[in-house]
Amino acid sequence: MTIPPHWYLALGTGLFTVGVVGVLTRRNVIVILMSIELILNAVNINLVAFSRMFHSVDGQVFAIFVITDAAAEAAIGLGLIIALFRNKETVNADEIDLLKW
Amino acid sequence: MVILFYIAAIVAILAALGVVLQKTPVYSALLLIVVLCSLAVIYLLLGAEFIAFIQVIVYAGAIMVLFVLVIMLLNARRETPGQGSRMARWLGGPLLVVFLAEIVLAAWRQFPGAASPPPLNAGPAAIGQLLFRSYVLPFEVTSILILVAILGAVVLAKKS
Amino acid sequence: MTPVQALDFIRVLPEIVLASCAILVMVAEPFVSARHTAALAWVSLIGIVAAGAGNAWMRRFSGPAFGGSIAADPFASYFVYLLLLAAALTLLGSVRYLETNQVHHGEFYALLLLGTTGACLMVAATELIMIFIGLEISSISTYILAGFRRADKRSNEACLKYFLLGSFATAFLLYGIAFIYGLTGTTNLVQLSEKLSAPGARPPLLWIALILAFVGLGFKVSTVPFHIWTPDVYQGAPAPVTAFLSVAPKAAAFAVILRVFLGGLASAGALVFWLLWISALLTMCLGNLAALWQTNIKRLLAYSAIAHAGYVLVGMAAAKAAGPEAGEGIASVLFYLAAYALMNVAAFILVAHLAGAGERYQEADDCTGLAYQRPGVAACLTLLLVSLSGFPATAGFFAKFYVFRAAIHAHLIGLTLVAVLNSVVAVYYYLRVVVAMYMREGNPRASASPLPWPLGAALALSLVGIFYLGLFPTPFVRLANLAASPLP
Repeated sequence: MTIPPHWYLALGTGLFTVGVVGVLTRRNVIVILMSIELILNAVNINLVAFSRMFHSVDGQVFAIFVITDAAAEAAIGLGLIIALFRNKETVNADEIDLLKW
Repeated sequence: MVILFYIAAIVAILAALGVVLQKTPVYSALLLIVVLCSLAVIYLLLGAEFIAFIQVIVYAGAIMVLFVLVIMLLNARRETPGQGSRMARWLGGPLLVVFLAEIVLAAWRQFPGAASPPPLNAGPAAIGQLLFRSYVLPFEVTSILILVAILGAVVLAKKS
Repeated sequence: MTPVQALDFIRVLPEIVLASCAILVMVAEPFVSARHTAALAWVSLIGIVAAGAGNAWMRRFSGPAFGGSIAADPFASYFVYLLLLAAALTLLGSVRYLETNQVHHGEFYALLLLGTTGACLMVAATELIMIFIGLEISSISTYILAGFRRADKRSNEACLKYFLLGSFATAFLLYGIAFIYGLTGTTNLVQLSEKLSAPGARPPLLWIALILAFVGLGFKVSTVPFHIWTPDVYQGAPAPVTAFLSVAPKAAAFAVILRVFLGGLASAGALVFWLLWISALLTMCLGNLAALWQTNIKRLLAYSAIAHAGYVLVGMAAAKAAGPEAGEGIASVLFYLAAYALMNVAAFILVAHLAGAGERYQEADDCTGLAYQRPGVAACLTLLLVSLSGFPATAGFFAKFYVFRAAIHAHLIGLTLVAVLNSVVAVYYYLRVVVAMYMREGNPRASASPLPWPLGAALALSLVGIFYLGLFPTPFVRLANLAASPLP
């Protein structure tokens, strides 16, 4: 017996929601970045599930591009956090408040 | 199969909640690895072996190591609870409602429980065929994306 | 699909030239002595001009390339010219800026060129994966450019906010694209529009997908609920970078909205129209109202840029409402973006000069009495602000005129009225800066050093463009109409 696609979508939506809540409520920049990773994973679940549903590999290829992008964003984000920490000694988003948020 | 799916899905959701609710960044990172690995199990169930392996090797392996490294480097400690950002209060509630509604909608309406087709042949060969034929331009252009990321990481993180 | 041919490469020629030039600049940087780093700027400029020439030559070979990932059509070609223009003006405006602020040259120019490459790929892409990758290239380059003055905390902060909110928005866009793929089984815009125009192929999930995608793109063009980052980032980023990111990624994202929402997903009519209508209304009103209270020139221009995005959205709503006669609305949007690019880049690079080393003088009051010390500079800024506010005989006037005319032709009377009222309100805050320069005596704190010649050349070029569009708009309108033709 196989699992119908909407269960995968429900799982994806669950992860998406958790990720969005994480981005909006957490202060630590590193954790915000991880929450964004959660959203990207939700995207990937959807893509792979759809790929199965349509019986074509396109969705999986798209998922590979998403993973690549996640890697690029992580590299930039973490480099940025290091630069920021050097200047301000904080990793909390709301302590970075020279400009009005 | 079905039971494996439920176990992996529940573990993924619980660990994801842990990532967000956990106050110590290192634990968040470790829980994120749990999420990524249980998703790899789900990809295997979907017949996407290649994505499952990439998920473990690249995502859980390489990207998360970067995260843990930075957390250790910056010695990020427990986060003191803030008063909650303004944005969260204004947007968080409605968004949550909308997306929970979306779960119901998506599952209930769009893709009625049609049996999935048999697993497709999605080995590295099939993916490689597609990457180097239909998606050759996005694939090549991704190299520019990575170049930008490398350049940016160096520019941002090097000492003045 | 057929194997890759030489023709495929010709159709992405501008992007290839730009990327190669960026790599050349990067590789050459260590070999260029510290005194001659400006040479890198000239190499980059030659690259941009060559890409423009490539774009012109390419016109004879228009058509889809790489299995429908990308298309070389008049629409793409128009936007590529626009993006190259923005990049060239930014480049000219940043040569001296980088010297006074001691910013690394090589990486700056390389990232500027790569960011332009990404934006060019975005506007030419006819496939959602390609759009996404182009968007990421241009976004990531601009995130880094925004944080380029690493010793300055404001720049760090701008970079961080832009990055976090930008990645968040991209994630939304991706989630939307995933659903669009799930509903249609394709990511190619042409096939998408075929699949969706079939009867009964417009499920509610498509609406959610559209809204998610619109959130992602709306962030890039700073429409109102998603504009919160704009003033902070525009203020904190180095001013020439602000010049670039207020135009290039924004124009590219508008091109994507046109291609996706008026092309591929055109059949999801009513929802797209109301999305555009509501965000046009909110964006104009909030942008202009918030600008009234600003004292910092960069912040003021940031809110003004938000308001301008609102006028562009009016044109898009008009195009959507006009149904089969969308051409007029789309052409008005294209004209508006060209005028906006000329005015905004020039305004920000001039502000970069006035703010002096370390960008200390950004307040409107810092310009008090500038007209007596540097009449030329003051006149330049005045002309730019006057054009931004939409006075006749300038590009800003005809840009607004065509958008409003398209909106009236599409029977959007209410929206047009609000837009006209908004443009009247906007005159107030633009003129406040002019009043500070001319009407009040005093010693300007803003940098009174003479304009460096590359900056002067960039300003002259934009002013010529502004007056050309303002006095003889007809040939250009014809061009915009031609560029609008590939879209339905």
